[in-house]
Amino acid sequence: MHKLKKFGVTAAAVLFWLAIWQIAALKLDSEIILVSPIKAAKRLFELVPLSGFWQSVLFSAARVLAGFALGLAAGTLLAVASKKFRIVRALFSPLISAMKSIPVASFTILALIWIGSKNLSVLVSFLICVPIVCGNMLEGLDNLNPKLTEMSHVFQISPWRRFVGVYLSQLLPYFRSAARLGIGLCWKSGVAAEVIGIPNGSIGEKLYQSKVYLETADLFAWTATVILLSFLCEKLFTALLNLLQKRVERM
Amino acid sequence: MLKAVQIRKSFGELCVLENFTHEFAEGKSTAVLGKSGCGKTTLLNILMGLQTPDSGEVVRDGKISAVFQENRLCENLTASANIRLVTGKRLSKAQIAEELAAVGLSGCENKPVRELSGGMKRRTSLLRALLAEYDILFADEPFKGLDADTKREVMRYFKEKTSGKTVVLVTHDNDECEALADDIIRL
Repeated sequence: MHKLKKFGVTAAAVLFWLAIWQIAALKLDSEIILVSPIKAAKRLFELVPLSGFWQSVLFSAARVLAGFALGLAAGTLLAVASKKFRIVRALFSPLISAMKSIPVASFTILALIWIGSKNLSVLVSFLICVPIVCGNMLEGLDNLNPKLTEMSHVFQISPWRRFVGVYLSQLLPYFRSAARLGIGLCWKSGVAAEVIGIPNGSIGEKLYQSKVYLETADLFAWTATVILLSFLCEKLFTALLNLLQKRVERM
Repeated sequence: MLKAVQIRKSFGELCVLENFTHEFAEGKSTAVLGKSGCGKTTLLNILMGLQTPDSGEVVRDGKISAVFQENRLCENLTASANIRLVTGKRLSKAQIAEELAAVGLSGCENKPVRELSGGMKRRTSLLRALLAEYDILFADEPFKGLDADTKREVMRYFKEKTSGKTVVLVTHDNDECEALADDIIRL
């Protein structure tokens, strides 16, 4: 019942903003400046059956998710190394702080020079994901309860059980929030990078073309696609983490 | 075997243990009785090897188990998983559920510990210590925070489970001493 109520509230809020959008589009009466949500949805339904649509979706999703996965792994490893070795923390701390504030456009232009446009979004997503994951995981590692570690030594708990029950159970909430934040930002930055680098067959290229040809309906349709993909990826990943959490909880 | 020889421990100017020597009787329960702040927990921690004395030594043989002053449970694990963490596969989930029921925690086996009340957490922590494999059990105010009826039931369970084992029980409650201890050390 509570979930149903929450869903109802969310649906009502979405409908409210769609209504505002529809009214604004009717008032402006210019499809170049703002298309209506109905027109954007119609365009999206026209695009979906086309093979080019799915090729672009696959092209961008594969790269953004590869960057995200690599970022998760690298961020976690860097956090562990920073916790273990003071020198690593001292060395990487300013770099991570800088990475957090460097604009995506700067990353993208540099990456474009280094690796060209095809795999640009892998590198940009990776660079956006690493500081988020590293920061969160390091906070989790710093907050590990030393008394639980002591308890595990008193009871002579095996290394694997200690890793899962004592450490992973404390770190999972930090990993989860890093991953949820990271996946959305990877999509945003990855597609932004594609708009600058214009790799053939990417969602970014389609967005760029919609700007060049002033096809605002396409712009909104592709934007909705990115939002949906980001939402689906987040939900899927959260569901996987929930499963993992349940397994850890029950060991 | 558990023996403390000439243990001295101080925190700055404050000396909490001075030349403490005692051989704890094997297979018996020894209560360490005293007011708050007299060094009971410090002594227990030194005996367990968690704190180092300024001088003196502890001679200890065999596996240990403990009910810590704070529960030291993994909050994100279920009550059952917290126990399985120390028992391994020696006890099945059903056996653990049965033991939980014996201390009034039936139906709590699959609840994350963070959702349990203070008294429930205390009982889970106590059960974890009692179900672990051990030769010596250290228990620091194990019945703290339990209401009178529950305490009586849990004390009965504790006595049954620790029968024939070496137990060092820290408490400031005379009734607990009388009910559970074979020997008493007053600090």
